Amino acid sequence: MENLIALLVAAPLVGAALLLCGGKRLDRTGHLIGSLFAVASFAIGVALFADLLGRGAEDRTLHQYLFSWIQVGGFRADAAFQLDQLSMTFVLLITGVGSLIHIYSIGYMEHDERRRRFFGYLNLFLAAMLLLVLADNYLLLYVGWEGVGLASYLLIGFWQHKPSAATAAKKAFLVNRVGDMGLSIAIMLMFTTFGTFAFGPVLAATGETSEGKLTAIGLMLLLAACGKSAQVPLQSWLGDAMEGPTPVSALIHAATMVTAGVYLITRSGAIFNAAPDAQVAVVAVGAVTLLFGAIVGCAKDDIKKALAGSTMSQIGYMILAAGLGPIGYAFAIMHLVTHGFFKAGLFLGAGSVMHGMNDEVDMRRYGGLRTYMPVTFITFGLGYLAIIGFPGLSGFFSKDKIIEAAFAKGGTEGWILGGAALLGAAITAFYMTRVMLMTFFGEKRWDPDTTHPHESPKVMTIPMIVLAVGSVFAGGLFSVNETFVKWLEPVTSFEHGHSPVSATTVTAATMVVLVLGVGLAWAMYGRRPVPATAPRGSLLTRAARRDLLQDDFNHVVLVRGGEHLTRTLVYLDHSLVDGAVNGTAASMGGLSGRLRKLQSGFVRSYAVQMLGGAAVLIAATLLMRGV
Amino acid sequence: MSFPLLTATAAVPAIGAIATAAVPAAKRTAAKWLALAFSLVTFALALVIAFRFVPGAKGPYQLTESHAWIRDFGVRYELGVDGIAVALIALTALLIPFVILAGWHDADPLEETAAPDSGSAAGNRRNSWRPTQGFFALILAVEAMVILSFEATDVFLFYIFFEAMLIPMYFLIGGFGDRAHVHGEEQAATQRSYAAVKFLLYNLVGGLIMLAAVIGLYAVTADQLGTGTFSLQQIVEARAAGKLELGTGTERLLFLGFFFAFAVKAPLWPLHTWLPNAMGEATAPVAVLITAVVDKVGTFAMLRFCLQLFPGASRWATPAILVLALISIVYGALLAVGQRDIKRLIAYASISHFGFIILGIFAMTTQGQSGATLYMVNHGISTAALMLVAGFLISRRGSRLIADYGGVQKVAPVLAGTFLVGGLATLSLPGLAPFVSEFLVLVGTFSRYPVIGIIATLGIVLAALYVLVLYQRTMTGPVKAEVRSMPDLRVRELVVVAPLIALLLFLGVYPKPLTDIVNPAVGHTLSVVDKKDPKPAVQVDAVPGGARHGHAAPDQDVEAAK
Repeated sequence: MENLIALLVAAPLVGAALLLCGGKRLDRTGHLIGSLFAVASFAIGVALFADLLGRGAEDRTLHQYLFSWIQVGGFRADAAFQLDQLSMTFVLLITGVGSLIHIYSIGYMEHDERRRRFFGYLNLFLAAMLLLVLADNYLLLYVGWEGVGLASYLLIGFWQHKPSAATAAKKAFLVNRVGDMGLSIAIMLMFTTFGTFAFGPVLAATGETSEGKLTAIGLMLLLAACGKSAQVPLQSWLGDAMEGPTPVSALIHAATMVTAGVYLITRSGAIFNAAPDAQVAVVAVGAVTLLFGAIVGCAKDDIKKALAGSTMSQIGYMILAAGLGPIGYAFAIMHLVTHGFFKAGLFLGAGSVMHGMNDEVDMRRYGGLRTYMPVTFITFGLGYLAIIGFPGLSGFFSKDKIIEAAFAKGGTEGWILGGAALLGAAITAFYMTRVMLMTFFGEKRWDPDTTHPHESPKVMTIPMIVLAVGSVFAGGLFSVNETFVKWLEPVTSFEHGHSPVSATTVTAATMVVLVLGVGLAWAMYGRRPVPATAPRGSLLTRAARRDLLQDDFNHVVLVRGGEHLTRTLVYLDHSLVDGAVNGTAASMGGLSGRLRKLQSGFVRSYAVQMLGGAAVLIAATLLMRGV
Repeated sequence: MSFPLLTATAAVPAIGAIATAAVPAAKRTAAKWLALAFSLVTFALALVIAFRFVPGAKGPYQLTESHAWIRDFGVRYELGVDGIAVALIALTALLIPFVILAGWHDADPLEETAAPDSGSAAGNRRNSWRPTQGFFALILAVEAMVILSFEATDVFLFYIFFEAMLIPMYFLIGGFGDRAHVHGEEQAATQRSYAAVKFLLYNLVGGLIMLAAVIGLYAVTADQLGTGTFSLQQIVEARAAGKLELGTGTERLLFLGFFFAFAVKAPLWPLHTWLPNAMGEATAPVAVLITAVVDKVGTFAMLRFCLQLFPGASRWATPAILVLALISIVYGALLAVGQRDIKRLIAYASISHFGFIILGIFAMTTQGQSGATLYMVNHGISTAALMLVAGFLISRRGSRLIADYGGVQKVAPVLAGTFLVGGLATLSLPGLAPFVSEFLVLVGTFSRYPVIGIIATLGIVLAALYVLVLYQRTMTGPVKAEVRSMPDLRVRELVVVAPLIALLLFLGVYPKPLTDIVNPAVGHTLSVVDKKDPKPAVQVDAVPGGARHGHAAPDQDVEAAK
């Protein structure tokens, strides 16, 4: 069975190679080929899943060794895979949601002349993402890690004739590279500490080294996670990434790639468990980001950017949970999966709305769409209920557990984290209700002469329906008898947290903040008509519209500063370095004079110089011999 | 006596150079095909070397040839290769056919290749003498000398080729400039000859200083061994046996003399300023010849001569050299960001990459030096891919300025795609060959000098910046009017680029053929310098392939640190 693991990665990789090198003759069938390879990978995933289920809980780790990739001295990296419960969960999420989004894209990208290439990039993404979660060592994980970054770059910039798209793509890659520095350094630290960076030996040997080293490794891994998962302070790229086609936002920038940071931290659990200081940093990043993203999500009028803020915030929850250690890992992953369903569904719904509204993204130009696109309305609505944590739906189960675990961290820290998570839940309810109301309720704010909203074709609505079903039931199913937690426990380990507040109290509090958030949004956007042009807004609103000034900061400090630095250096290189070297040479041998002379055409004097040199040489050697 | 394979591999391109030059003026095309044929035979011979070479066999050099040459001065015609040399000879022989193919029309008389959009080009040319034959003959001549410098194990013999390759290079840069010039042919000719002379003088000064050191070395050996020698192996053995004692001061002086010449050629900050001029003004294939082939002799010679002849002085100079290499990495990358000219941008990127190579060499670890050697090979391939595609692009528009492009992706998607792959290789994307070497250099440096290793990783962010900015400004955005009618890659151009890209992918996924050849040579070098890899703090017993068998978790026995 373990020999199938490589096929998981190989299938979409072959698809990508075919589609990207196949040329125009595949233009007509490219989308089908791409979808086929995605579905094939999903089928293999299901087969492997069935196999794992047939084994005992402790026997569910499969290895596949392909070949020795790099071996130099003690440095050894294999091309080898490891499939366990954690990676299996990701495989199913990636290939499952991935297949649905491939199918959805058949409709969404129907009129794009570069559709074949689009599917090639999507397949490339699947291959890289699967490599990321299946690698059995950190260096191979790094290949997948940057591979998804490349796919993300290509897809954000897919409509690269738009300068904004090209800029957003570049920004995403660059910010991610800062995170990648962290991953590089972490791997180097592992190598110098343990002499290896394969999961098995490193994670088993964490007890053998000092806490300081582990903290350093943990912080570097966190930096990497911040880049990929758009966490503060490396979050600025995600909003701009919405320049990509909407299926991309759903798959890469909501359901899968951006959760890779959570995977990395959970996978490295043994390191973080032994480095409490690094864990504090993780929970701090998670808590700050969950509020940051939520606040930004409240102020955006662009439906995709509002959802992007929400993604950032929800991943903040996951990172927070992962930072809590064994009481949180399983819930982080559970929320990751349910979020994969409902956020992908929400994005596909947003895409469906845009599809029917001439690609309009401004929610102030929507309104009252529920009667025009009933399927989109219902599926989006279910996703909405799931994300705000409506009782019984997926988000309710997964988010509630995280809030509970945050309180269970204990001490002042527990109260702060739990409080932040609760506050975040309130804001989530607010901004999601706002999105819902502005899009589907209220009066029509679009021009009926130019805009004719309509429901999307079946090839798009069916994936939305499937995801909506997942958004409704996944959380509940996972929670029956703690199925999900028990499934993951052998990998991530699990401890019951001891919360100072009872589970019932937490649930009750969550319900209260939920009602508050929804109510406030209703008061602001449901009872009153929404103005078609945005009001000026408070200082906070204006700051939140500008992503809480992160970009302004980057622009002033990094972009402008960098431009000045490079310009100065270019000038200095010419005048100072070049000048100094030339000048030194000149003062040493009158070279500058000769330079001018040579330049004016006396090239052949070089021959004379060579002769002179040879004469000096011969004379010198003769002299030596005399010695 | 067995067949002199090493001599033959250098002799073929040398004969090819003469034969190509001798082709009558009217038969230009025949000359091109002849040159290509000779370069392909050379490549075949290089492959034979690679297959005949036995990695890990006894003795530092294989396929050796040794003949007395200038008996009076102890100069011998001594050739031999170790794994590092084999890799670099293969790289050189591999790249030359592509250089020739890419430059197929670069030396055609101007009337026949009326460059599009450049009204100034056809007019008042000062130099109407552009012999195609000469261009290709010079390329082959450079190849012969580069190969010989990789093969020579006699210091003086090496010096001769190291210097002699300047002459054909000088004419290639000065005589066959890039035809994409903004200010007209007159000024282009001036800039070109400035670049060529600058190239020559920098390298000549380096060479003269090295010559003094070469003579000094001879004097010392003559003094202590009775008979003077230039033989690398003899000197190394004599030092190991204690028969040859260089005083600390002498050793350091001689080291500096050698190192200076190699640092100019490599080039290392602050001796780098000739490179952007030369690469900017030369045609793209010649620029590849400079940075991917000729400059590698400099870094190669650091490994072979500096470290092995002067191990003590090498260790002494290491801190300073590491700092200079680090400056090269960051400085080169920052300057690349600030360039407006595509080819100068690539030149500065190369300076940054040479910083990595030198860093790896002087980190004095197995990973560092193997990584540096791989880096030389991979940088050669990736820069060739990027620069040659850039050359195709420039020849279509007749401008080197980044600002003159925009939206090329829309009109020439294959060209843009290959340019992107070349760029991604330049920024060391995992999965492509340069990642392997860059990571090895970083980890090799980090394991001995953590702070320097961490600062060097800044290079990976800056590389992404200059590559992606270049791609964005030239390839994306609205289509500029001047590029609207730009044709996509032609068959000849695809034949050049596709194999390079395939190789980048292959060596990124499976670098084993290279590492197997290089590792033993690096082991030998390190043993001469008397440096051992730092041991990890915790000894984790990762049984090789422990994860291979069935479902068993990898062996997790943990030993305490030694």
